[in-house]
Amino acid sequence: MKFIHYLKTISGVSVFPIISLLLFFIFFVSLIALVMSANKKAIERAKQIPFDNQ
Amino acid sequence: MELQTFNYDNRIVKNFAYATMLWGLVGMLVGLLAAFQLYYPALNFNIPYTTFGRIRPLHTNAVIFAFVGNGIFMGVYYSLQRLLKARMFSDMLSKIHFWGWQFIIVLAALTLVFGMTTGKEYAELEWPIDILIAIIWVVFGINMFGTILKRREKHLYVAIWFYIATFVTVAMLHIVNSFEIPVTFLKSYSWYAGVQDALVQWWYGHNAVAFFLTTPYLGVMYYFLPKAANRPVYSYKLSIVHFWALIFLYIWAGPHHLLYTSLPDWAQSLGTVFSIMLLAPSWGGMFNGLLTLRGAWDKVREDAILKFMVVAVTAYGMSTFEGPMLSLKNVNAISHFTDWTVAHVHVGALGWNGFLTFAMLYWLIPRLFNTEIYSKSLMNNHFWLGTLGILLYAIPMYWAGFSQSLSWSEFTPDGTLRYTFMDTVVRIKLLYLLRGLGGTIYLSGFIVMLYNLIKTIKKGSLVAEQEAQAPALVNAKAKQHGEHWHRWIERRPIQMLVVSLVLVAIGGIIEFVPTFLVKSNIPTIASVKPYTPLELEGRDIYIKEGCYNCHSQMVRPFRHETERYGEYSKAGEFVYDHPFQWGSKRTGPDLHRIGNKYPDSWHFKHMYEPSWISTGSIMPSYPWLFKNNTDVSSLKAKIEAMQTLGVPYEKGFEDNAISEYKKQAAQIAENLHKDSDVDKMIKAEGISKIEDKEIIALIAYLQRLGTDINNTSLTQK
Repeated sequence: MKFIHYLKTISGVSVFPIISLLLFFIFFVSLIALVMSANKKAIERAKQIPFDNQ
Repeated sequence: MELQTFNYDNRIVKNFAYATMLWGLVGMLVGLLAAFQLYYPALNFNIPYTTFGRIRPLHTNAVIFAFVGNGIFMGVYYSLQRLLKARMFSDMLSKIHFWGWQFIIVLAALTLVFGMTTGKEYAELEWPIDILIAIIWVVFGINMFGTILKRREKHLYVAIWFYIATFVTVAMLHIVNSFEIPVTFLKSYSWYAGVQDALVQWWYGHNAVAFFLTTPYLGVMYYFLPKAANRPVYSYKLSIVHFWALIFLYIWAGPHHLLYTSLPDWAQSLGTVFSIMLLAPSWGGMFNGLLTLRGAWDKVREDAILKFMVVAVTAYGMSTFEGPMLSLKNVNAISHFTDWTVAHVHVGALGWNGFLTFAMLYWLIPRLFNTEIYSKSLMNNHFWLGTLGILLYAIPMYWAGFSQSLSWSEFTPDGTLRYTFMDTVVRIKLLYLLRGLGGTIYLSGFIVMLYNLIKTIKKGSLVAEQEAQAPALVNAKAKQHGEHWHRWIERRPIQMLVVSLVLVAIGGIIEFVPTFLVKSNIPTIASVKPYTPLELEGRDIYIKEGCYNCHSQMVRPFRHETERYGEYSKAGEFVYDHPFQWGSKRTGPDLHRIGNKYPDSWHFKHMYEPSWISTGSIMPSYPWLFKNNTDVSSLKAKIEAMQTLGVPYEKGFEDNAISEYKKQAAQIAENLHKDSDVDKMIKAEGISKIEDKEIIALIAYLQRLGTDINNTSLTQK
């Protein structure tokens, strides 16, 4: 059974791939953006949490 | 700021450590028994409780939920308190969690050997235990979140994100996959049928690997690896990407367990695509772990704990590379149903989970008991025994997998199959023996560890309450100057939980909704009818004896499979299968087209002593099926349950079920008596009223398998 068969049964299906692309694009781009823009000091501080005490 | 003094609860960590040591030993011993049974079937001992079909689920459940499960809790209870600078929320909840989990394990062990199983791999436990698991899991969650809420450290370290994702996703997986309709106290039928059941089950099965065997251990890695190496994690930014990408992608990949099956094509492709993408975050995590050791590799030479960790992280990298490869359809066509899968999971289980657990134990026990490890050289011996064990386990299994796949699909120049299934079993028996030896070596290393740790415990004394000091947290939610938004969520555990849940729910929903709602996804076949009462009872015996552990019921659309077994399996053939029984491994041949292939007498003799019929067979004998009467006391309830699930038994059929049952059983008994050998056997064994025995029901089920579709072709002709 081919995928196209199910696609045909959905009304307004053309918007689905656009939504998917946007979803993934936004998710990963914002993830990268967030990480790139992170405050260096805060990151350094978070890294050290396991060493704060025993 | 004023310093507060408080105590870390080490007793609960110690308890979980002891439990993981005990259940690890039990789980691996059972695994060893199962391994040697495949070489030497006499080790099934001809009794129900020790046959492979019941022992194998016991092994998998013990290793996953008892050994690794307690290992998770050991790591979480230790690191969570320290990362949050707070004692666990409630000592009482900790205790309920610990003893509740051990109680579940004992119940699981008992019910599985007694054949009480749902027949769904890695989710075999029956409904009352499922409910208990859900309750205890929630207790764990409350205890964890309570601790997070009363923390003295504003920011949640990355390890804790992994713990939160683990908690929320495992809860979701367990609940959705465990929808079942109870028939009796210890018998239920899966809510879903056939293709839908398969999709939910492997969504669960795959993500049990992801969120029980992987994410909590990644959390543990992000805490214990820096601690053991005494240097912070290589890149905290990478760990952020690792976390979000991993949980976003992992949940979609389940259908890669069902490639070339009757699952709709689009769902299979979706599974493959996400599995390939998973390679990126998985390897990001591996590199983050290994690069943490940059500039400290000289320490690895000296320190056995780091050695264990390096091999663990490497094994993680290898199995997460292999996973995406196995989800490519062309590779999967070779690997699926073979021992390749077994090799793959054991690289993960023995290497990643096993070695990381050992590293944690070696690091923790001396600290909990305020002493030094008893013997460093024994630790090194364990490392080498373990590594050798993994190699000697994995290599024969890879070899066996390739051998199976190549010989199953080999044709002669005349166009007939070159090997019978038995030929392909006999040629890998020696590899099964070698695998058993690999397992023995690995287990002997484990025993060396137990000795070393017990000696360490004896020379130290438990620091049950470890005093610590930290300033109180004034306002955990306060925004710091110049911070960006991820810091926002790092301070808000509940929001973290919600976002994680939303992310992991998306994949499941998109896969399930079309498969459940779009009728055309599972084209119905008019000639496919519900099982007769006798067949239904036979099916329950099939499930009880765990036949699905060695036999698939899924003929894939390959020439060599249709040649060997018959017409390939269609989605519409399984619409009344609660639960589905497609299986995941062919230690024996596929059974979907076994119906009407042989006479009843063949099955009768074969189940009594398989080697009479197939020389060289490694299948256990099932003598008790010839002595025990089928328990039909809940037959009516079973039919009613099926009616509730939408199986179209006519109204009132439940009341006639027994008489239908008896009629069909008498017919099979009569057939059997006609065969003079069988007749002699029945008399020699002194079996009276053969029609009441379990074997009759099982034969009825086996003879029905995959035959409905033939009726179509007959009527069409």
